[in-house]
Amino acid sequence: MEQGTFRVKAGLAEMLKGGVIMDVTTPEQAKIAEEAGACAVMALERVPADIRAAGGVARMADPSVVLRIMDAVSIPVMAKARIGHFVEAQILEELGADYIDESEVLTPADDKFHINKQDFKVPFVCGARNLGEALRRIGEGAAMIRTKGEPGTGNVVEAVKHIRLVMSELRLLNNLPDDEVPAFAKNIGAPLELVWETKKLGRLPVVNFAAGGIATPADAALMMQLGCDGIFVGSGIFKANDPARRAKAIVAATTYYNDPKVLAEVSKDLGEAMVGIEIASIAPHERMQERGW
Amino acid sequence: MNIGVLALQGAFREHRLMLEKCGVGAPEIRRPEELDAVAGLIIPGGESTTIGKLMVEWGLMEKVKSRAAEGMAVYGTCAGMILLAREIADSDQPRLGLMDARVRRNAFGRQRESFEADLHVKELGAGPVKAIFIRAPYIEAAGPDVSVMAAVGEHIVIARQGKLLASAFHPELTEDDRLHRYFIAMASGQA
Repeated sequence: MEQGTFRVKAGLAEMLKGGVIMDVTTPEQAKIAEEAGACAVMALERVPADIRAAGGVARMADPSVVLRIMDAVSIPVMAKARIGHFVEAQILEELGADYIDESEVLTPADDKFHINKQDFKVPFVCGARNLGEALRRIGEGAAMIRTKGEPGTGNVVEAVKHIRLVMSELRLLNNLPDDEVPAFAKNIGAPLELVWETKKLGRLPVVNFAAGGIATPADAALMMQLGCDGIFVGSGIFKANDPARRAKAIVAATTYYNDPKVLAEVSKDLGEAMVGIEIASIAPHERMQERGW
Repeated sequence: MNIGVLALQGAFREHRLMLEKCGVGAPEIRRPEELDAVAGLIIPGGESTTIGKLMVEWGLMEKVKSRAAEGMAVYGTCAGMILLAREIADSDQPRLGLMDARVRRNAFGRQRESFEADLHVKELGAGPVKAIFIRAPYIEAAGPDVSVMAAVGEHIVIARQGKLLASAFHPELTEDDRLHRYFIAMASGQA
């Protein structure tokens, strides 16, 4: 009997596919998410929109917040550690979190290195804006990838940019003759072996979710149609006017992403979505997606 | 022959690839009427609460039950095993309730405790099955019509009742297609 193998780690992400992972800050919110059909929740002290508004240094949640949420629901519970903060990750593993998000939403703890995720039994998900970044994270041991988007904005444009870029680089790689593959790997800064594996599979070697700016059922279906395997919704649910209803609608839209009739039906009467932020109004050094190396 | 794969949430792509490798059609099932054209149905791993709620909401719960009563074979892996069971320990979540068994969710623990193990399943021949358990359930009690095919310790992890098959682990995440072939034979009345 073997625990913590890469197959077991990446396997949980496979089971989350086609589902919606929702940010929650209390046991009550976690129950609303589970009741709406979330396939997992992300336990946080504050949703990204509030982290953005508060400023200062954002860190791992208080363990008691994570534990209370784990007690409240039967679905998997994820939690965030700062980029490079392997001790926060050790603590989250000890608590029994089911997945760790090494996340740019929190303030990075290391300006050069990410966590060596191979050291852990618990699986990690990491953000990526392009194929090279995704394969570097997988090389470090990530068992799941998500787009970075621009968290806490309710604006899907950056997540669209990131999935389009990844898909376009994958198409390019799939059509590349073998003798050009090593230089391609060098140019995107990715481990050569993972580039070969990606080319052989014709897709990323792990599951790739959408994250960062998804606020409506239509946003979720858009990301699925562009090739994502599932959806993270951060601030989009509990910053909206009727979270339970919106959460349920986003779950349905993620399953029936190719069915405009269903999408039209579930998009009706959801109340106010979260207030969005235009990306150009955020100074480049304040964009969370720039965090990570 | 067509074996449908319930495609509401979870690892349905892997089951489809496995079935296609075995030479049968593997349509994705998201609507009740799509069940009329399949001889069997696989309910994949995923979150049983998510899949169960979507089945109720989109009219699949009753339709799967009525197709199963007409003789459609059903194979549930992990979340699918939970949805097949008549009783789910400590839970009132939606289910098909077709198999006379009581399952326990996340029975081996959280993700940290997830594991791989070699299992011997005599119906599948001599070589061991590499079984992957992910926050897996097990059957803690089964009725007289349920035949146990393998267990981990005392815990039943694969069982059959008539044309129903349930496994707590994920053959679709491996290269071993013997369990899918066994289910295809069940659906066509040859096993």
